[in-house]
Amino acid sequence: MVSPSSDDGFDEGADTIPTPVKIIVAGGFGVGKTTMVGSVSEIPPLTTEELLTEASDGIDDLAGVERKTTTTVALDFGRITISPKHVLYLFGTPGQDRFWFMWDELARGAIGCVVLVDTRRLDTSFAAIDFFERRKIPFIVAVNCFDDAQRYEEDEIRAALAVPSHVPIVMCDARKRDSAKLALIRLVKHAMSELPVG
Amino acid sequence: MDDGWYDEAAGPLVRPYAITAGRTSASAGANLDVATQVMTLRSAETTDGGLTPEHLQIKRLCQKPLSVAELAAHMNLPLGVIRVLCGDLIERGVVIVRSPAQRVEAPNRELLQAVLDGLSKL
Ligand SMILES: Nc1nc2c(ncn2[C@@H]2O[C@H](COP(=O)(O)OP(=O)(O)O)[C@@H](O)[C@H]2O)c(=O)[nH]1
Ligand SMILES: [Mg+2]
Repeated sequence: MVSPSSDDGFDEGADTIPTPVKIIVAGGFGVGKTTMVGSVSEIPPLTTEELLTEASDGIDDLAGVERKTTTTVALDFGRITISPKHVLYLFGTPGQDRFWFMWDELARGAIGCVVLVDTRRLDTSFAAIDFFERRKIPFIVAVNCFDDAQRYEEDEIRAALAVPSHVPIVMCDARKRDSAKLALIRLVKHAMSELPVG
Repeated sequence: MDDGWYDEAAGPLVRPYAITAGRTSASAGANLDVATQVMTLRSAETTDGGLTPEHLQIKRLCQKPLSVAELAAHMNLPLGVIRVLCGDLIERGVVIVRSPAQRVEAPNRELLQAVLDGLSKL
């Protein structure tokens, strides 16, 4: 299998093709993922689709073949040019948790994840926290402060989410570029702190 | 809440075969990441023979490096199709690619520092 790693086929243009970097924005439906991607992206957020063929449980009696249905998983993303050598992509996870296939693919090689939570519906972000924790992918929790939501202290949220103490929790407003930017900076610092020493 | 959905080794979801004539797994592009940068080589100018309009569109769009995801969005095609088309172009020496560093590689403190510096300057 051909590996698309940075060092094959690479004598030409090596200084002009940037290294891509990924950050994932995860969390439950309506928590502000697309909003956050859009507020820091240098391009209007783009949407793309992956087609997945879903095998049904049964075998078709007549034909003896599995029936399949095609599902479309939408993925939105934005881009930040970091330098001529680095370009950062922000990917919002697909809305439904069951598209784990897509999550795995997004997580591969990502520097980390911002898990957005809405304090009115904390449970909608449990699956995301679980996913990144189990895979030992650096993540932070960003509490998207919706106007009408009650305010909580960090330790109340930490306890409610059962997030270990080494995982940063930040308050943010996904609509504000500076606030979203600070959440990303916090994540990158956290990812650095999790690097093996030496 | 059922949190077992991602632990199955192989779930009910598999990639489509029909759309790319079964070339999904064999293609050089099969493993391209959504963020992989694709760039057209200048030396590829004269090798258009046998390329489809979609190949040529990728060739044009990637005069400046673009990600697989951006190509899919701009061309309004599924990611899987873009991967196969890019695989064809890699094999023909029309484009080169650069993928995100994988975590198994050397610690990337330098990379993270570059991202941090870039974000701080925004
Ligand atoms: N008041 C408020 N509304 C927000 C905030 N972030 C997102 N929204 C709104 O919440 C809705 C859902 O946001 P969206 O980004 O689409 O959520 P997604 O499903 O996680 O992508 C949209 O109508 C947003 O305008 C926020 O920080 N404060
Ligand atoms: Mg969304």
